[in-house]
Amino acid sequence: MANLESTFLGIKSPNPFWLASAPPTDKKINVMRAFEAGWGGVVWKTLGSQVKNVSSRYSTLDYNGQKVVGFNNIELISDRPLDINLREIKEVIREFPDRAMIVSLMADNNREAWHDMVKKTMDTGAHGIELNFGCPHGMVERGMGASVGQDPEIAKMVVEWVMEVAKIPVITKLTPNVHSVVPAAQAVIAGGTNGLSLINTIQSVTGIDLDTLVPNPNVGGQSVFGGYCGPAVKPIALKFLTTLAQDSITKKVPISGIGGISTWKDAAEFMLLGASNVQVCTAAMHYGFRIVRDMCDGLNNWMDEKGYKTIDDFVGLSVPKVTRWEELDINYHITAKIDQDACIHCGLCYIACEDTSHQSIDIVRGNPYNTYTIKEEECVGCNLCKIVCPVKDCITMEEHRKGPENINWIEWQKRGLPLNDH
Amino acid sequence: MPIQNNRLSHEELVHNFSDIHPPFEHEEGAIIEANRCINCYDAPCTKSCPTSIDVPMFIKQIASGNVKGSAKTILSSNIMGAGCSKVCPVEKLCEGSCVYNLLEEEPISIAKLQRYSTEKAIANNWKLFERKASNGKKVAVIGAGPAGLSCAHTLSLQGIDVTVYEKEEKGGGLMTYGVAAYKVTPTFCKEEVDYITSVGGIDIKYKQELGKDITLADLQKQYDAVFLGIGVGIARELEIPGEEMDGVVDAISFIYNLRTNDYSKIAVGDKVAVIGMGMTAIDAATQSKRLGAKEVTMIYRRTENEKPCTDVELDIAKLDGCSFIWLAAPKEVKGENGKVKQLVCSKMKLGEPDASGRRAPVDTGELFTIDVDMVIKAAGQIPFEDLVSKSSLQNKGGKIAIAASGETNIKGVFAGGDAVNGGKEVVDAVQAGKNGAKGILTYLGIK
Repeated sequence: MANLESTFLGIKSPNPFWLASAPPTDKKINVMRAFEAGWGGVVWKTLGSQVKNVSSRYSTLDYNGQKVVGFNNIELISDRPLDINLREIKEVIREFPDRAMIVSLMADNNREAWHDMVKKTMDTGAHGIELNFGCPHGMVERGMGASVGQDPEIAKMVVEWVMEVAKIPVITKLTPNVHSVVPAAQAVIAGGTNGLSLINTIQSVTGIDLDTLVPNPNVGGQSVFGGYCGPAVKPIALKFLTTLAQDSITKKVPISGIGGISTWKDAAEFMLLGASNVQVCTAAMHYGFRIVRDMCDGLNNWMDEKGYKTIDDFVGLSVPKVTRWEELDINYHITAKIDQDACIHCGLCYIACEDTSHQSIDIVRGNPYNTYTIKEEECVGCNLCKIVCPVKDCITMEEHRKGPENINWIEWQKRGLPLNDH
Repeated sequence: MPIQNNRLSHEELVHNFSDIHPPFEHEEGAIIEANRCINCYDAPCTKSCPTSIDVPMFIKQIASGNVKGSAKTILSSNIMGAGCSKVCPVEKLCEGSCVYNLLEEEPISIAKLQRYSTEKAIANNWKLFERKASNGKKVAVIGAGPAGLSCAHTLSLQGIDVTVYEKEEKGGGLMTYGVAAYKVTPTFCKEEVDYITSVGGIDIKYKQELGKDITLADLQKQYDAVFLGIGVGIARELEIPGEEMDGVVDAISFIYNLRTNDYSKIAVGDKVAVIGMGMTAIDAATQSKRLGAKEVTMIYRRTENEKPCTDVELDIAKLDGCSFIWLAAPKEVKGENGKVKQLVCSKMKLGEPDASGRRAPVDTGELFTIDVDMVIKAAGQIPFEDLVSKSSLQNKGGKIAIAASGETNIKGVFAGGDAVNGGKEVVDAVQAGKNGAKGILTYLGIK
């Protein structure tokens, strides 16, 4: 059995699964239920100045019968009185001393307000603070949330205020509503943050009710841009995470990965790209806190199979495998192969290749089943047929190198090698 | 107890004749199933449908929430798509070729999804088709069965005024008069016929029988073209001693009575023998049981491997508690006072393959006898040979001969469906009606 224990900035938790700052971590009753279910830690929903919420608040992207492929919210930071939140945080820490308790903060834009919030948080006994520089709706209009995270100078200044008084680890949560997260990350590190987390939600419109013509979510006939998360944002989050894991400055601080993590596989992927732990929200909001059991179990089994004893054994292992395009080996060439015994003759590979790719699949019409074979000389090895094939391992990509030598684009140009294959 | 009616309570009869393939109760069920379809290209299901319904298209239209479009996709290829979703032996057609079968998984419930869309179309009377303005051409269609209605609908859309002559009181043909009641109800059949004719330009004249009330020669004079969709009708005789006895009935009449009377009025025996193993034989056997017959024995001269019905149909009979004697052929009906008492059969064995490609049954000469009080003959139907010959139509044993265009030897007279093929599925007749209509349109120089 692998050891799932996680230490993030010295904060220990029995597993690397934290609940992200969001509705599930807004109240003691929720957080108690989460800890009873087995979550390693929580980031308490953002505390700050008093706000007022509206209804409705959520909407989703559903696809081909799968609900909640993406999730969108227009909820603000915690709308509960600060003193109740602080008291409950203290109570939960006493009930579950082995779990990580991080408190998300978003104070008004002045030094005193931040000092006050940080001090009050430390008084609860919380193990760490997460600075909400990412919320893309509601708070932005007041000069908070993402409007802080989008401006590296302001972000740095706020972190400096926080660090003046903070005696517990500080994590800065970054917004993805930027071209690159690296400038903001570098700035907050310069400001003294101890760690980073990303991504916060992405501004979005999930869809429109085609009867009322009002976009979702509908608040009395109107809507606003919301914050998008859930499985659909995972690839975007992984990309931003990788840029931090590869930058010489930002890679020096631990990163908590967030963005559409629903299963142990998603978690493993975030950690392989440099996250020391992960935070989850949408999946829990869809299915409840019980999902953490398979997250722990699945990760444990995978670690056992791979021979990893601890989380640290594999954090970041995939980072060096992401390179720049011009460094890829042009002589590497693969072509598709269809296992005729496994093929169920659905034709999806054929029509995808014929209509949208390189016309590399031969068809022999039959009744009712057609036969499909790869025209190896035409195949560019794009993976499309394998992607659309519904049968596992029916289409495989086989290596047929164009040459023995590893030649990348830079070298290719240097040697003046031919450009057009067609 | 001899042959008698009213064996079961009203409640039992209602239960026994309720829908054997219930529809999706909720939209969610249809959408889950629709999303399971992988949307094959050049789909095997479509290729296995005699009317070539674009199955992946209509299923994905259900998934996308375009149910109206889905119904149109179905009905554009098969105007009796609603009825076919209930009576088609899909296990040997669309669903039988679903690629999921190759993964040893349940095929997509194509029929159930088709029913979902088409029943909505009928219930809401969706106007999916618009008829072109009348072009003054007139066509007579004989028979308001699947072939005739399909032909009439196709022609009407092109602006032709169609008059349909039907010998029965209702349209739908075998769908109305020859299918087990637990598959389609007469009420549904009427709704389907009404929906088809609601496009306009189709006038059905009932109780008009060819050769009796009308003649082909007269119709040829009155109309620009004629389509014959007269079906088959006469039950094949067993040609054995005792066949004339009280208690020997043919399956076609038996089922016809079931379709036109209250179930409580239909008499069955205690011990019923059904001769044959086609779809009609199954319908007769299962419905005898459902009317309250104590024992129903199906007798077939070949083995289960050669049976004409599908496994799914056989399973219905098995689940209804019918028993089966394979490799047996009836030799004599014995009785007392003109009433059936026993059926004498020959034991058969399989010989060399015959014209159908199946191994032919060979009489071993060994006899056995079973006690029965009712014998239902379902050994196939034979075409209206006399009628066809008297109308000077070229035919083969009563099956009307047609060219690729659907035209018979008589100019301007077309034919299709059971009258031509000797008796196939409803869906085949629908396609034959489409083909005939296409031939007629070409003949009339339209399109």
